[in-house]
Amino acid sequence: MSHHIVEVKDLKFHYPDRTPALSGVSFKIRHGESVAIVGANGAGKSTLLLHLNGYLSPVEGQVRIGDYQLTPETVREVRRTVGMVFQDPDDQLFMSTVFDDVAFGPLNLGFTPEDVSARVEQALATVGVSHLRDRPPYRLSTGQKRRVAIASVLSMSPDILVMDEPSAGLDPRARSQLIELLRSFQHTKIIATHDLDMVVDLCERTIVMHDGQISADGPTMEIFSDETLLAASCLEKPLRMQGCPVCSCKG
Amino acid sequence: MSRKIDQAFYDIGHLDTLAAGDTPLHRLDPRAKLLTTVVFILTVVSFGKYEIGRLLPFFLYPAVLIGLGELPLTFLLKKVLLVSPFVIFIGIFNPWLDREVMLQLGPLAISGGWISFISLLLRFTLTIGAALLLIATTGFAAICMALEKLGAPQVFTVQLLLLYRYIFVLIGESIRMMRAHSLRSFSAKGRITYRVFLQMLGNLLLRTIDRAQRIHMAMLSRAFTGELKIVRQFRFGYKEICFLVGFSALFILLRCTDVTALLGHLVLEISR
Amino acid sequence: MHMADALLSPAVGGTMWAATAATTVYCSAKVRHSLDEHKVPLMGVLAAFIFAAQMINFTIPGTGSSGHLGGGLILAILLGPYAAFLAIASVLTVQCLFFADGGLLALGCNIFHMGTIPCFLAYPLIYKRIVGDQPSRARLLTGSLLGAVIGLQLGAFGVVMETTLSGISELPFSSFVMMMQPIHLAIGIVEGLVTAGIISFIWQARPEIMEKAAADQPIGALPIGKILIGLATATVFIGGILSWYASQHPDGLEWATARITGNKELKSSSEIHQSLQGVQQQTAVLPDYGFKEKKEGDSGRLGTSVAGLVGGFTVLLLALAIGLLLKRRGSVGHDHSHDHSQPHHH
Repeated sequence: MSHHIVEVKDLKFHYPDRTPALSGVSFKIRHGESVAIVGANGAGKSTLLLHLNGYLSPVEGQVRIGDYQLTPETVREVRRTVGMVFQDPDDQLFMSTVFDDVAFGPLNLGFTPEDVSARVEQALATVGVSHLRDRPPYRLSTGQKRRVAIASVLSMSPDILVMDEPSAGLDPRARSQLIELLRSFQHTKIIATHDLDMVVDLCERTIVMHDGQISADGPTMEIFSDETLLAASCLEKPLRMQGCPVCSCKG
Repeated sequence: MSRKIDQAFYDIGHLDTLAAGDTPLHRLDPRAKLLTTVVFILTVVSFGKYEIGRLLPFFLYPAVLIGLGELPLTFLLKKVLLVSPFVIFIGIFNPWLDREVMLQLGPLAISGGWISFISLLLRFTLTIGAALLLIATTGFAAICMALEKLGAPQVFTVQLLLLYRYIFVLIGESIRMMRAHSLRSFSAKGRITYRVFLQMLGNLLLRTIDRAQRIHMAMLSRAFTGELKIVRQFRFGYKEICFLVGFSALFILLRCTDVTALLGHLVLEISR
Repeated sequence: MHMADALLSPAVGGTMWAATAATTVYCSAKVRHSLDEHKVPLMGVLAAFIFAAQMINFTIPGTGSSGHLGGGLILAILLGPYAAFLAIASVLTVQCLFFADGGLLALGCNIFHMGTIPCFLAYPLIYKRIVGDQPSRARLLTGSLLGAVIGLQLGAFGVVMETTLSGISELPFSSFVMMMQPIHLAIGIVEGLVTAGIISFIWQARPEIMEKAAADQPIGALPIGKILIGLATATVFIGGILSWYASQHPDGLEWATARITGNKELKSSSEIHQSLQGVQQQTAVLPDYGFKEKKEGDSGRLGTSVAGLVGGFTVLLLALAIGLLLKRRGSVGHDHSHDHSQPHHH
């Protein structure tokens, strides 16, 4: 078993109509790391994420997840390891009750109904929505939906959590609860987000993307203090660092 | 704003809420309720067209369900009334076309047409009521699962579940779209023109197709291989058998003997 | 123009249900074996789309009246006949249960009119033939118009046939037809125009969607559909004849009973009948009572004698009382806290 759990080598991707999306992306992520992927809209964040569970296949380059080189044959195994949470929870919660949605993954993986129930209960408890077990999704608030979406992925016991804009649309309380929750996870976390303040709270490492390439990859605080870099990638400092006397003095 | 679509959203949501009630009736296995409803409808529909009296005892079933299930009578009656126009429209020809007098009540001569019309309305209320009560005491998801356990193809029951899940989403999107339209339309009453309708629906359709793709993506991410599996354990026990067999026997009995006339006879005897 | 349970006889309703159930099973198998698993969510949301779209009314230019979309043909174009059938069937099922559109027995008929006919007749035989594999604006319009109009005419005709064969309504065939067909001609034209409009919109905005849809259903891949049509039509035809035959006799159940027991009426009902006549003669509380017999053999079915009416009222009162009693007992017994775990999850 290799040192790194996610390894992306020179990944290139373009859409069928030749629009370039990723022009050579490379990085390695270790077990248990929390990595944020930031960048302007259209920089390629979501496209990159979709390569991590095999939904998109690289035109050139390689993706390795855990022990598996990502190919059409290993896709199923990879999806056990990589739990992906998408932007719109309504796209992820497609069953009639919360229980069914969280049970969907384990059932597909072939666990027995008893195992499935146990996994579901545990996942629901972890995200704190056990009381919503029999609710239909349309009766959930956005915050609740997001948590259930996370639970639906947790029940598969992935090693890696990949999330696309997890804090979007959440009220302040729900947002801080989410951050607390994610902080408690031991999983490797890869989070694509615009919420730079959440990145400061959650991720020790940040990858900045711009125009389909990586423009920076390093410790979060260093990157967010580098105003030139941020400006070049169409980003700004996290709100809490703007107007801060200490940070504004640097660079 | 009470448009058809807002009303629909409310109605489905309300029936769903009613179905989540917690009474012994609600807790019965959905298969029992589904099958009993089918027997009910078949027996009601099997009566000849001039039956009135013999249909009346069948109101016992909805009465029991409404009572046991603690359901709101006015809401259900309103729903039945709402869909009656078509049947009334067809049925109202009966008195007009069938004028042969069948019953004399003192000076009042009642033609066969009126009798069959009333019979039609009774039939209508009973059958429509039974379907509504089924949903209100069982819930759509449970009915789908019952269908599957009773042998319906899995592809179809899954389709029903997915449809139900996304009805709320799509209705929500439609309402927002219509609201945005009415806020920007300055023509009389803000009605949607044909051209605008095409645009609205076209856009909604495109967004829907995109959503389908994202859902597919989410399904694949959770190891979907083509078959939607659901864990549900149902128990078809003593209570269910009593319910099903009891009511079915009652319906068949009512179908085969004229209890109404018997009762009437009894009452007349007593009143003497 | 939904068919209603109240207008159906069990024989006609049952036959249509059998045909629809068979079609559902067939289409489910087809969809399952097509290995097109991206269709599963697509079927679901497109059905939801049609459901919502049907509730949006628009004004028809020139007339000022409002119209709305049916959607069968659009679904067939986007999903192919088999998946579209299941989608439409699901929409009608939800409408039947939640909006009381017609009734459970009539569902079989309604799915036939709005599912089987558009998907297996209008789409393959009319729309696809006209549009082929290379759509053009003119062909789209023609195909949609003709497909919608003919599909709806056939559906309306189906309603007329089923109502007439069931014999509950007095409307004679000819008058009913004269009423239904023109109305549905108008509806069909609107449907065709809207279908063409939306499909053109999609085609212009995102041609790849239409291309994919057309590629999924190449015109040569539909001969099996024709067999299905043949089977369904045959079923309806035979079923229609059988139920017409059955309805010529005292209604189905009694006909069967008569055949089995050998009596024209059940013994018990003729005894009650006699005793009732006796009662009337004796009581004579309200003079001038009697019931005229409509025709031979109907006396046993006529529950509208005096005793019948009195009994009817009594029964209704009883039913109401029982309902109220149960309701009140239920709400009294609800004060204790109840156990939240529902039996069907463990």
